[in-house]
Amino acid sequence: MAAGAGIRTVNLCKVYTSPPPAASGAATLTLGPQRGPGLRNKKVEIQALAGLSLEVRPGEIFGLLGPNGAGKSTTAGILTTRIRPTSGEAWVGDYEVWRDQVKAKRLIGVVQQRPNLDFSLTAREILQFHAAYFGIGKAERNKLSSELLERFQLTDRADELVRGYSGGMMQRVAIARAMMHHPRVLFLDEPSTGLDPQTRLLLWEIIREYNAEGTTILLTTHNMEEADALCGRIAIIDHGKMIALGTPAELKASIPGGYLLRARLSLGADEAAGRLRNEAGVSEVQVTGGRLDIYADRGGALVGLLVSAASACGAELLDLEISEPSLENLFLHHTGRSLRQ
Amino acid sequence: MSAFLALLARDAHVARRNFVPLMLQTMLQPMLFVFVFGQVMTRSGMMTPGYEDFLLPGIMAITMMMTGIQAVAMPLISEFQFTKEIEDRLLAPVNIQWLAVEKIVAGMLQTAVAGCVVAPAAYLLISGGAGASLKRPVEAVVMALLVALLSSAVGLLMGCSVGQTQIGLLFSLVLAPMIMFGCAYYPWSALASFPIVQKLVLLNPLVYASEGLRGVLTPHVEHMPVWVVMLVLALMDALIVAAGLNQFMKKAVG
Ligand SMILES: Nc1ncnc2c1ncn2[C@@H]1O[C@H](COP(=O)(O)OP(=O)(O)O)[C@@H](O)[C@H]1O
Ligand SMILES: [Mg+2]
Repeated sequence: MAAGAGIRTVNLCKVYTSPPPAASGAATLTLGPQRGPGLRNKKVEIQALAGLSLEVRPGEIFGLLGPNGAGKSTTAGILTTRIRPTSGEAWVGDYEVWRDQVKAKRLIGVVQQRPNLDFSLTAREILQFHAAYFGIGKAERNKLSSELLERFQLTDRADELVRGYSGGMMQRVAIARAMMHHPRVLFLDEPSTGLDPQTRLLLWEIIREYNAEGTTILLTTHNMEEADALCGRIAIIDHGKMIALGTPAELKASIPGGYLLRARLSLGADEAAGRLRNEAGVSEVQVTGGRLDIYADRGGALVGLLVSAASACGAELLDLEISEPSLENLFLHHTGRSLRQ
Repeated sequence: MSAFLALLARDAHVARRNFVPLMLQTMLQPMLFVFVFGQVMTRSGMMTPGYEDFLLPGIMAITMMMTGIQAVAMPLISEFQFTKEIEDRLLAPVNIQWLAVEKIVAGMLQTAVAGCVVAPAAYLLISGGAGASLKRPVEAVVMALLVALLSSAVGLLMGCSVGQTQIGLLFSLVLAPMIMFGCAYYPWSALASFPIVQKLVLLNPLVYASEGLRGVLTPHVEHMPVWVVMLVLALMDALIVAAGLNQFMKKAVG
């Protein structure tokens, strides 16, 4: 099998000039400031990407992690010839995608966020026609399709029209299809959304195996466990910009302190914060309303300090949540928002 | 090239699977029309004999136009809808214009099949077999190709311009007037007493399909000069193909 190819984007920008299609999954949660309710009849401008530069090395599993509307699908769309960038460059292997579309398409396999199977065909036919589009001969495509159907546990119903499939089965067909022509780069846009936990594990295993054969994988997800479990490196993006980049371990280590204590006090949050900032091992304290976000090098051991700081200000500790170093905390640290919302 | 053929094979496969409903959909209406106008009305004397000779090419024209339009537009409309069924083909390693060209070729093939089925059927159903002849086979084939291309190109343009929710409107506001003002059931010269309408219908592609097929199948009835029709059809083909490709590219890339 051919070795994986690299991916590179240079200063990628994308401004959509029409509102997102209603059925789009991303449309429900848009964070861009451009879309106020007053803009209904004016010309829309949605800045989905604001100068994104990425470099994915050949053979790695690279994760794009970010909340809904961050620009993950737009990035994947541009790299796979499906969305025209407003400016910037997008490279797959040796080809700039928008100058050498056909050559770039030969290198890539794509699983889009929304299932888009050919409903007029059976699962087996979908795989076989896909291979035929890529010029793979008949004997070879029969063999490959049977193998992949087996691997994705679809053999039983392979000769039914996919119309009647469940969401999870459709997703598996879509992933198998993207693998049919042995792409050198595989794009997986939120591949495990809608999968049950068991199938998700099967998928993770298949992704790792596939990557072990050399294929580069670009995976987008808003699920940090998935990014943590699969990716060699991760870029965290928000509002079309990169906020952090590194291995999961590096990223977690980059959070000041690592542990996060989120506390709510009845009053005096600012004063308590002042006291806590001077404590050894506390690297940062942020205050929002009555809430304290304390980044520190330990978790439970700080509870005593927190309680005494609170009582010194005459306040009561109403609520406390302790979390270990995680990508979630990192995102929260950079944006003040949770990835999950 | 192999990708292009594979795309064509996919459409052929799907068309074969839906052969019976597709045929019924395109054949039933013209056949009913042939029966009512070609048999009932003429035998009962409500239509003058000889009307069949106008009718037969007109029915052919309608069948070919509707087949091509429906064969290309209907799948495109739904494939571009939120199911995005077309995505996998847009990712095939060819320029995506070729996918639009493939749609046109597939539409032309289906139009040819429909033409080949409806012609003998209509011929048999019409009493006396009408005065149709194939004395100018080359002209007839050229004309049929021009009409087939026209129908598929119109299908491409409509398929990329209309949303799923507007299909009903497409039929009642575009296709129905197109059929009634398409000079299929009467020759263009019959509109002489409505000069404005007669000028306006010249924008309707079906007019040239009907008149052109009259010119090559039943040349003894009144019809526009064959060479004029061919010229206009060629022009319309070029224009509508260009517009259809343009619209396709807009629709296909975000
Ligand atoms: N086809 C589209 N037309 C207009 N706006 C879009 C379109 N697709 C996405 N957007 C907008 O662009 C932004 C980024 O979307 P997207 O790339 O889908 O984010 P993600 O995949 O990270 O959820 C969002 O604000 C979204 O609403
Ligand atoms: Mg997305």
